[in-house]
Amino acid sequence: MIRLDHVSKSYIEGIPALNDVTMHILPGEFVFIVGDSGSGKSTLIKLLQKELEPTKGRIYINGQDLKKIKHSKVPKYRRNIGVVFQNFRLLPDRNVYDNVAFALKVVEAPNRDIKAKVPNMLSMVGLAAKYKSKPHQLSGGEQQRVAIARALVNEPKILLADEPTGNLDNTNAWEIMHLLEDINAKGTTVVVVTHNMEIVKAMNKRVITIKKGAVVSDVGGEGFED
Amino acid sequence: MKISTFFYNFGQGLKNIWRNKMFSMASIATMSACIFLFGIFYSIGTNFSAMVKTAEEGVAVTVFFDEGISAERIQEIGDEIGKRPEVAKYYFVSADEAWETFKVEYFDGNEDLAAGFADDNPLANSANYEIYLSDVSMQPTLVSFLEGLDGVRQVNQSEVAAKTLTDINSLIALIFMSIVIILLAVSVFLISNTVTVGISVRKEEIAIMKLIGAKDAFVRQPFLVEGIFIGLIGSVIPLVLLYFLYEQVVVYIASQFNFLSSMITFLPVETIFQNLVPVSLILGLGIGWLGSRITLHKHLRV
Repeated sequence: MIRLDHVSKSYIEGIPALNDVTMHILPGEFVFIVGDSGSGKSTLIKLLQKELEPTKGRIYINGQDLKKIKHSKVPKYRRNIGVVFQNFRLLPDRNVYDNVAFALKVVEAPNRDIKAKVPNMLSMVGLAAKYKSKPHQLSGGEQQRVAIARALVNEPKILLADEPTGNLDNTNAWEIMHLLEDINAKGTTVVVVTHNMEIVKAMNKRVITIKKGAVVSDVGGEGFED
Repeated sequence: MKISTFFYNFGQGLKNIWRNKMFSMASIATMSACIFLFGIFYSIGTNFSAMVKTAEEGVAVTVFFDEGISAERIQEIGDEIGKRPEVAKYYFVSADEAWETFKVEYFDGNEDLAAGFADDNPLANSANYEIYLSDVSMQPTLVSFLEGLDGVRQVNQSEVAAKTLTDINSLIALIFMSIVIILLAVSVFLISNTVTVGISVRKEEIAIMKLIGAKDAFVRQPFLVEGIFIGLIGSVIPLVLLYFLYEQVVVYIASQFNFLSSMITFLPVETIFQNLVPVSLILGLGIGWLGSRITLHKHLRV
């Protein structure tokens, strides 16, 4: 599903943010990518979104070489990947319904699909009653749920979550993680970048650790140790 | 692109104008100010051109013929004059007509003096063609052509009048073009600055759209609709203002400066607006569209 072959990325020549990273994530997996600030986690997410190009190496998603995707085809590629950001990145002047519907508008979905899918998705994340609220009227946890609903409404095969609990208190963080677990149980491959070790330890999933741009450990589920 | 997507983006563009009220108002004000100034200079320039044109129409070249020339040759000379592109109109003035006009001008009140010439036209050799030019700057070319014609004795011209009018025309064209170029440059600079500020505030929104899979065209459309509408409103407001102001100013000048009304005639507002409306609308729409497009370009590389 996701394959990185000796991928390196340097913002400044000679100083790699990611250094010769190789990893393989299978369909339906739930994977944590952990590491300190500046270890290269966010660079990895940006490479997977094709927001950045690797300096060296190849990235394959669903067998497709990202380097071979033309600029005009990038939007189509991105529609197969749902992304959840640490700071939610919702459109502040639109309500909950419009923020989620926006992801469907972007792919030019028919209005009847939008009317059917958005309420379903909002029910799934527990926000059906707040569909008219603006982002600033919601708590951090609720905003993150809207972001998750927006990321999933197009039914992507992969969900990338960049520090999804970074701005949340413990209770909200756990609610979000359980939601991501439910989504994974329905077949979506989930990749979560985080530094919340308490959650990582408790969830017993595959954990890839990045340090100074390089993969230093890759342990599956119960094998994870601090 | 689906029709529903087009209407969605059209609606979003209009909503964006409201959502970004301050930016929209700043852009509309900038655009209005520039087009208002353009309109003022256009009105002044067009009126001056019309006045010069009227003056030009009064400048004539007169062609006199050799003694004993045949009527056929005079006719041929007339035909050749008529073929010249710079000639607007020409009249044949016979010796008798010339004498009649002379009598009225110079013997007014002393008709008995003129009567002394009763059967002897002193202007017997003064039959001529009176030629009016469509472009007075072409007068020297026409004069040298006329002087080269067989049967032409003399060509009278008002060199000073023609030169003065040509110079005034060139000066007006130069001043008008310079002002228009400066205004356009200032408008584009001010508007692209305002658009840049407006778009940089919404950089995040554009980035989100791109990251969830929006095509460039989808992101661009609402901004273009916004730019075009701002351009449209920004050109309609000054046009309406100018329409009412122009009439007021013309009436004011006519009433306050009586001595001017005998020298100058203002064009009717409809004549001015015949060109000013399409030019201003195209400028407004064009600058709005181009400003949005150019400024957006660099933000789409996400």
